[in-house]
Amino acid sequence: MKTPPITPAGAGMQPGATMFAETRLVRRKLFSEALAKWIFFGMAAAMVVPLLCLVAYLLARAMPSLSLNFLLDPPLHNMTQGGVWPALVGTVYLVVIGLSISVPVGVMAAVYLNEYARENWFHRAITMAVINLAGVPSIVHALFGLGAFVYAARFGYSVLSAALTLAIMTMPVVITSTREALASVPHGFREACWNVGATRWQTIKAVVLPNSISGMLTGVILEVSRTAGETAPIMFTGAVFFKAVERGDLFPYHLTDQCMALSMHLYVLATQVPGVKESLPFATAVVLLGVVLLVNAALIGLRVYLRSRKRW
Amino acid sequence: MVATPHIAVRDLRLAYGPKEVLRGVSFEVRRNEIFGIIGPAQSGKTSLLRCLNRTIEFSSAARVAGAILVDGQDVRKMADVHELRRRIGMVAPLPVGLPLSIYDNVAFAPRCAGLTRKAELDALVERCLRQAALWDEVKDHLDCLGTRLSGGQQQRLTIARALSPQPEILCLDEFSIAIDPVTTMRIEEALKELKRELTIILVTNLVQQARRLATRTMFLWNGEVVEINANEVFFSDHPASRKTYEYVNGRFG
Repeated sequence: MKTPPITPAGAGMQPGATMFAETRLVRRKLFSEALAKWIFFGMAAAMVVPLLCLVAYLLARAMPSLSLNFLLDPPLHNMTQGGVWPALVGTVYLVVIGLSISVPVGVMAAVYLNEYARENWFHRAITMAVINLAGVPSIVHALFGLGAFVYAARFGYSVLSAALTLAIMTMPVVITSTREALASVPHGFREACWNVGATRWQTIKAVVLPNSISGMLTGVILEVSRTAGETAPIMFTGAVFFKAVERGDLFPYHLTDQCMALSMHLYVLATQVPGVKESLPFATAVVLLGVVLLVNAALIGLRVYLRSRKRW
Repeated sequence: MVATPHIAVRDLRLAYGPKEVLRGVSFEVRRNEIFGIIGPAQSGKTSLLRCLNRTIEFSSAARVAGAILVDGQDVRKMADVHELRRRIGMVAPLPVGLPLSIYDNVAFAPRCAGLTRKAELDALVERCLRQAALWDEVKDHLDCLGTRLSGGQQQRLTIARALSPQPEILCLDEFSIAIDPVTTMRIEEALKELKRELTIILVTNLVQQARRLATRTMFLWNGEVVEINANEVFFSDHPASRKTYEYVNGRFG
């Protein structure tokens, strides 16, 4: 059989033409590719601008008040001067108590829905409920908390009522993000465990949870900022204008006490108190931002650590 | 001497909702034989295996009728389904290394069953890895992740894990579709050894694999048994069914 002779690349083309000529069509394609890339980059970069402006503006306006004493002092002279200590501690209380209720409950509910529940009307009803609960505005949660915890359960205006209200508010997001994290663990792992006689719980313990915990933390991180920042739910259920607290006292509140909180304090300083030192609300906002960023940074660090141990 | 069958399946029917998958399948598997099951895709081979160890129950739409007897005991009436799954090892088509160390991959099932003594676990892990022809390759790094092994090694790890609860029956579902021919041959050699201790059900797409390994083979077609016969007849020029001959010789349809 005759084999065709090997010819150099480009042989047989018109003389003068190169193989990969830059025709008009090619130029247009490359141009729109570059254009698209830069437009998308521009939008992504533009996201940084508001954040930088916001932080810079806050810091600049807050500068005169920011100091260690501002953190540790209680508000003084009818709240027109002094610091934010009671509100700072109150916010930490609410975030910690609220999330220590909503995270375990939410995670366990998500484990049930994702690992145990069969696809039926009950399952669909719970899923619908979770989605709708996530869409309820915080002011409505506030009213619910007022009715359910303050009055019906007789917890009164208290840290407990406020934390429970915040827990109800954050639970849907915890459930949803946990379910996503669980669903990202390949199904084949579960079947492999079941095939050797492991129960569902043994499977979840050994394989599913260790490999989804970093994803769950993402939901928790999101909810920390929401819990710390929401004003309406706690205003109705347990946060007050002012509460006398010693400088630097770490445990000023009981569960049944009313408390101060940064978000509420910021609202009060900005709108309710006459003659406040101008930089005080801004300094309060900086502290609120600082608390959220600090907790988030800690959780993100934990997530990075857990992810590095993720094993497939 | 007529031995009682190790596994007896009687008129097994399975439907997912309105879709019938198995339409009255009956067969018997003798102790310490390799029983081959061949058939095209969608013929119900995998579903049949899932009925055996009752993982079919994870599909909520599945409805099962008929009887599956292991040593004369109906598996569908066994109270402890996890014990059943320890007695019937299962190897899936695609290798699954659990995201645990090689050691833990194999020790997982015995631990679930309550075995905690280190010396016993060590011995068991070594034995299972040897039986799966993997021990020599991994013995020096048992604490490495199972997921980092090559595909062929992972499939042998899967087999070692399936052997770890010390089952009496081993089901292999198209174990060789994702691995290279050399590894396939090594596993086949290992299976010939295992046959002394276990009863093996070998579901395979490769007609020649069933011919090489099995003592008897069943041809499943569209949820029905076409033929069950000893390999000498099944793969001869005159099996009981013309369909079998055509399928085995690649002249189907």
